[in-house]
This record gives sequence, structure tokens and C-alpha cells, in this order.
Amino acid sequence: MTGGGQVMAFRALAYWLMRYRRTWQGTIVVSVANPILFLLAIGAGLGTLVQEPVEGASYLAFFAPGLLAAAALQNAFVEGGFVVNSALRRERIYPTAAATPLEPGEIFAGHLIFITLRLFISAGAFVVAMALFGLIESVAVGVVITLAATLTGLAFATPLAAWAVTARDISQINTVFRFVVMPLYLFSGTFFSIAQLPEPLETLARITPLWHGVDLCRTLALGTASLGPSLVHAGYLAGLAIAGALIGRVTFRRSLHA
Amino acid sequence: MSEALIEATGLEKTYPARNRQGTPFRAVAGVAFRVHRGEAFGFLGPNGAGKSSTMRMLAGVSAPTAGTLRILGLDPVADGRRVRARLGVVPQDDSLDTQLTVEENLLVYGLYFGLSRRAVRTKAGELLAFARLEDKAGERVENLSGGMRRRLTIARALINDPEILLLDEPTTGLDPQARHVLWERLFRLKQDGVTLILTTHYMDEAEQLCDRLVVMDKGLIADGGSPRELIERHVTREVLELRFPPGEHEKIGRELGEQVEVLPDRLLWYADDGEQALARATELGIRPLTALVRRAGLEDVFLRLTGRSLTD
Repeated sequence: MTGGGQVMAFRALAYWLMRYRRTWQGTIVVSVANPILFLLAIGAGLGTLVQEPVEGASYLAFFAPGLLAAAALQNAFVEGGFVVNSALRRERIYPTAAATPLEPGEIFAGHLIFITLRLFISAGAFVVAMALFGLIESVAVGVVITLAATLTGLAFATPLAAWAVTARDISQINTVFRFVVMPLYLFSGTFFSIAQLPEPLETLARITPLWHGVDLCRTLALGTASLGPSLVHAGYLAGLAIAGALIGRVTFRRSLHA
Repeated sequence: MSEALIEATGLEKTYPARNRQGTPFRAVAGVAFRVHRGEAFGFLGPNGAGKSSTMRMLAGVSAPTAGTLRILGLDPVADGRRVRARLGVVPQDDSLDTQLTVEENLLVYGLYFGLSRRAVRTKAGELLAFARLEDKAGERVENLSGGMRRRLTIARALINDPEILLLDEPTTGLDPQARHVLWERLFRLKQDGVTLILTTHYMDEAEQLCDRLVVMDKGLIADGGSPRELIERHVTREVLELRFPPGEHEKIGRELGEQVEVLPDRLLWYADDGEQALARATELGIRPLTALVRRAGLEDVFLRLTGRSLTD
């Protein structure tokens, strides 16, 4: 992207920020309150039924970082899937911007910056909730985990956005939610250790991007992270995020300059 | 003749097939036209005639498949950004942000064009006065009527002082009063020297607003000129409209021959003197339910050129 392109992307970002200004307080309350309720229900409720440690931790300590990563996937799906499709079709935010000097790639970049910000804020709120349960050791760890969860979300958000701008309507987005997002959510080690899965499924789970996000966040939270695996996780997630961004530059152009 | 702001020759647009079984769709099949500075130029045609595809190419957001197009002396593909910076676009569906206020909608759009917040604020006051929305600046768009929204969309399109304003069916869906307000505002813009390019389904709109227009059908231009020229070229001075009980008029129409157009609900008899034609009909023993003589208009030109009514 040229220097001019970056300025242009920030013009597109300004729109999303102006919209967010109307809703941010509400979304942050929800972003903190939701995980607190979830952690209470699962940790204090269901967790008490799980007596044995999971991967060497209490069930709550095991589950919370997994849910953090899974929530990042869910947020990425809403922001990169539904919102992107709606910005193209129902609300016509993209076509409106495309009539101005902005180029499709800049409209995409501006929205991606905003999505990253949204993912970061939601992850940060979740980490604050985890800290309230004594699950975050220090501010530094909290920041690193927030970044890891943001990266996990981005690994999904950019490919989803690249595709959602080509989807004809919301029903296609819903289909992906049912058949891709839900299975990932359930079988990527969020609720239980994937070591408990039968062999072919365990290998399959290890390939899914969400598992890499879950394991990255979890090992960081439990203090069991080591450099090698963490770099593999982060590299895998970053690779997906970059691939999605590159594909999105093409699909956004095709869609907005048809 | 004054300077040509837009020049199109052999312009085509073909959309690729949506899937393997599909076939490519040729929306615009080779059109040529010129638009001069200060002019109001119309594209008239039924749905699917290629008007919107042409407008998208003019807006610099759709690359022509073939032919040449110059806008403000620039290539809208290679110089898309520079072209769009000098255009104003009023899409048919408004596409305003209903969550934001009237003023915020203008602000966002101004920022897209690289205007400073302060510059937009100053400009917004002026534009809201023009759109007669001064007292609505802080109102959310969702609370505005259809006519107000359309005027806001036009105000928004003027934020960058465009040399050319593109309007896609500017009054579709508005009530008669709102349409007249809008026409008056557009007429004022034209007086101020803004070049207007519009598509429309409405003959009265074309007659009111357009200095020149082209009639499009099936991706081609059937003919073009001023409304008066087109009427003189294609139809007689007057038209006799005859209505019959259902089922009878087609047979009578066939008997009367060339000068009569058969519509689903009536016959149009083109004649220089409508009263004379009516007398002739009576002589022939034709007994219509109602008969009306009126001056020929653009709608008649349209029927002659495309063989169907605009409401198709």
C-alpha cells in the first residue's frame, strides 16, 4: 500500500469509529459481563463436577483461556462475516465509500483496522473478567494474552471478510456459521482437552486454526507456554490473517468495482 | 458547442457468468454519447435496458468491457480516484447511514473526500440550507421522510463541489409533492452550472429536467436528442387514445394498421389532427368506450422506439 493509501484507509476507519462512538459503552459492558457470567456458570457450576485437573489445571483455569479464543472467533465471525456482508448489501456502506476517491482495498483496510480494534477491546474485556477470577498473573501476561486472542480473531476475520464480500446474502453467512464455526467452537479444545478425542479427530483438531489460538492463549495463561510451540501457533494464525487480507484486496475490488 | 465533459464511444459492459452453467450477461452493448458542460442529460429506458450499468461506468466504479470512455478528459479506470473526486453520486437507494445524524452523514462523506472536519462543518450548513434540512442537522436519519432522505443524499453528493452530478432515478418512490421540491432543487443546481446526468422511468421527469436524453433498450441507444426533437422525429403532433371493452381493441388495432399502437389497455392513434382521426374512426363504425385527444409526448416516443410501455 502506498503512503496515500494508508491515509485513505484511515478515512474509511473514521466512519467505523463514528458509528462505534454510539455503541461502544454498551458493547464494552456486554464484553465484560458476558464472560463473567460464563466463567461463573462454568467455573463455579459445571467446573465443580470436574474433579480431576485438566492439562494440569483446575477446570476453570483450563476453560477460561479456551473460551477467550473461541469468543475471539465468534466476534471475528460477527465483524468479518455479518457486518462485512451487510456493509456491502443491506446498509451499502462500502458502495457509498466506493463512489468517493477511496479505492476498494482502502475501504477494506480501513474496516480491518476497525475490526482489529474491536477484537482487541473485546479480548481485553474478557481478560479483565479472567483477572477478576484470579486467572491472570500479571498485567504483562494479560496484555500478551489479549494480543494472542486478537491475533486468533484476525486469523478468522480477514478470510471471512474476503469471502463475505462475495456472498450473495446473509443466509450463506449463516450456513458457514452452522457448518464451520460451530464445529470449530466445539472441537478445538475449548471445553475439553483434545487429547481426549479419538486419534484421527485429535489430529484433525490440531490442524484447526482455533486450536492453535486456544492452545496459545491457554499455555500463556497457565504459564506453561514455551517459545517454539508459541511461535508456531502465532505464525500459523498470522499466516491466515495475512492470506485473508491479500485475498480480500482482490475480492473487495471485484465486488465494489464490478 | 461547449466542451464535452463525457465522451463515450462503442461503450460495452459484459458481466461474467455467475457460475459454470451461467452465461455472461451483456448489459451495455455498444453505446456512444457526449455530455456537455452545464447540460442536463438523461438516460431513459425500461428496467434492464442498461441504464444503471452505464451509470456505474460513468461513476468510475465499473470498468468498461470494450469501447472508450473519457470523463473530464480522464480515463475513469486508470484515473478512477481523480475522476471520482470531481463527481457527485446520488444512488437510487440513498444508502445513508440511518444510525448517524444528518450532519454526521455529511461529515463521514466529506472525510472520504479528504475534507477537514472544519471544512465539512462549514459546507454542511450551506448544503443543509440548500436541501431545506437546516433544522434537521442533529436528527437521526431514520426519523426523516423519503423526500428528506433523498434531498440529504443529494446534499451529500455535493460535499466536494462536483462538476458532474449523477442521479440514478432521483424521484422513484417519492410522493408528487416531494418530487416537485426535488425537481426545483435540481433545476437550481443546473442554473448554478452543475452538469446533471440522470436515469429515469418517468417521462414527466425527463421532460422537466433534461436538455437532451437518450432512450436505451436492450443495452443499446435507440435514439437521442432533446425531448422536442425526439417527439418531432418519432411521433405525430397529437395522439387519439381509444378505450374498448376488454378483448376488442387488439382486433380493431390490427385493422387500423401502422399509425396505431396497441397497448394492453387501449389504442393510441398517432395523427397530426386528433379530432380528424376521431371523426374518421366514427366513419369506420368504431365505437370506443372513451376517446381522448392529447398532444404527443415522450412516452409516445418511448413506445415507438422500444415497442413497450415503461412500466414493464
